[in-house]
Amino acid sequence: MCGNEVIGEAAIQAGCRFYAGYPITPQNELPQYMSRRMVEVGGTFIQAESELAAINLVFGASAAGARAMTSSSSPGISLKQEGISYLAACQLPAVIVNMMRGGPGLGNIAPAQSDYFQATRGGGHGDYRTIVLAPATVEEAWNLTRHAFDLADEYRIPVMILADGILGQMMEPIEVITTRSSVNGRMANNEYRISKPWALTGCRGRKPNVIRSLLLGDGELEEHNKHLELKFNKIKSKEVRFESLYTEDSDLVVVAYGTTSRIVRAAISAARRERVRVGMLRPITLSPFPVDALQKLAKKAKAFLVVEMSLGQMLEDVKLAVLGEKPVYFYGRTGGVVPTEEAVLSAIREIFETKSRKKFIHEKSF
Amino acid sequence: MKQNPERNLYMKKVFERTASLKDVPTHYCPGCGHGIVHRLICEVIDELRIREDVIAVAPVGCAVIAYEYWDFDCSEAAHGRTPCVATGIKRILPDKIVFSYQGDGDLAAIGTAEIIHTANRGENISVIFINNTVYGMTSGQMAPTTLIGQKTSTTPFGRDIKRDGYPLKISDLLAQLAGSRYIERVSVNSPANIIKAKAAIKKAFKNQIEKKGFSLVEVLSPCPTYWGLSPKDACKWITDELSKYYPLGVIKDG
Repeated sequence: MCGNEVIGEAAIQAGCRFYAGYPITPQNELPQYMSRRMVEVGGTFIQAESELAAINLVFGASAAGARAMTSSSSPGISLKQEGISYLAACQLPAVIVNMMRGGPGLGNIAPAQSDYFQATRGGGHGDYRTIVLAPATVEEAWNLTRHAFDLADEYRIPVMILADGILGQMMEPIEVITTRSSVNGRMANNEYRISKPWALTGCRGRKPNVIRSLLLGDGELEEHNKHLELKFNKIKSKEVRFESLYTEDSDLVVVAYGTTSRIVRAAISAARRERVRVGMLRPITLSPFPVDALQKLAKKAKAFLVVEMSLGQMLEDVKLAVLGEKPVYFYGRTGGVVPTEEAVLSAIREIFETKSRKKFIHEKSF
Repeated sequence: MKQNPERNLYMKKVFERTASLKDVPTHYCPGCGHGIVHRLICEVIDELRIREDVIAVAPVGCAVIAYEYWDFDCSEAAHGRTPCVATGIKRILPDKIVFSYQGDGDLAAIGTAEIIHTANRGENISVIFINNTVYGMTSGQMAPTTLIGQKTSTTPFGRDIKRDGYPLKISDLLAQLAGSRYIERVSVNSPANIIKAKAAIKKAFKNQIEKKGFSLVEVLSPCPTYWGLSPKDACKWITDELSKYYPLGVIKDG
């Protein structure tokens, strides 16, 4: 199965019983997979008339207490932002997959990481944050998709899985560990459901529930937004995930996520063979961002290099974390161009050469 | 044994407060039709004994805080996406009674695609569509249903077909779709019409209970504030003008 299909099956295994989506490359295998699989497990698949409709169908399903998901790629995710803002405001859990492609505008269908700002800053209007998970392998996509549904329910928050066309299209072996007898059989729709006393299920035996985001009372909205902030602070303290590679003894720490981190990993292996002391910090949660881990590394490492398939978006978060303590270099390609291992390796070499000449320039581009 | 005082006195209860309607004043302007339609919906829900099974979806517009008046589960929706939210709920909870309450801006402008495709999929929901030909909440701008020549805050010289196009008969359009089951246009501008409106709303809910599919009731509803008329004249204007362009009656059944 390709990455898109693996994410679909992981969602099914996580108890997702509602999927709505709209065709867009490079994520089409996901809705196609769901259209067949949802029928098998007694769930709902809707090919919506638009991305707006899809995210709002998910809103309804989530309001009714279901585990619900939609997926798209960059231009479609822009359309979904309205709904994501409402989901965040109404504290409704949902999982949104963005298989990024080149932008802005229609861009192209090649892999990119240029929706980082949109994904990690909320994306829609208003004061809110969402959780953003960035898998680097198909196996990690499997695990993080399941994790995404748990996080969404626990914190009542939209969770985005942010990957790119390479991961969506790629096939890799995965090790599937299932603890429940539900791999191919039908599963009770509520097996994974945590208690959702807020859901709209009809007011039998209780007071009516209302799901709303309009808060016109004096100070009401500020109080609500502060509640959302407190919730996200809790997520920051408990849910940050990252991977460290050779960071203990590294002079240079490369920061990269998703597909790009795999290229960086190969470049680091090559550099290490040249006895260059370079390591990698790979954020798995892009939001919340592993700020503390980077701050700790800023005490030990001599410089940072951010590699992205964009003109420098995560770069800003790295700079905010390092806070000028150490220089932060950048290498990125944009418009659907994937950096090569050689280009990353020469970027690493160049920093070490510059370092030896004691000429550190912040945010140098190659 | 406790005796029934009504029977003893040969008295029959002919009126009681609508249980599903909260005992609170509404924010609607004098002469507005929303309050009447809210009440009719609640009367129907009480008569069908479905209050505890109902889930409503309120629109963006004057009726956005309908949940302040309705005593059952309710969700807001983004502007125009009301049928999508209702569909999402209904697909997860097919045995609950789900209805959307939408204005002409919500249903016939920003949410045109959503209502057409929801109807075309034959979603088993009920839609109450309030047509008062203006955007009331944002101070009376032209709506897709505004009549030709009608003055609004964005058609100060009257709606001009060359600039603004024609009033949209969205219910007639929806009736063309194979997926829609029942569509009727009613009005709340007279006691007789209010009784007919209630019957239509009841039918829309009963259709859903009987799993017959997509039902929509369009209600011609007075907006005296933005029509610049007294409540009484607003009701007369519905008879004299509005219902000439939007004729009352069943548009589609079955």
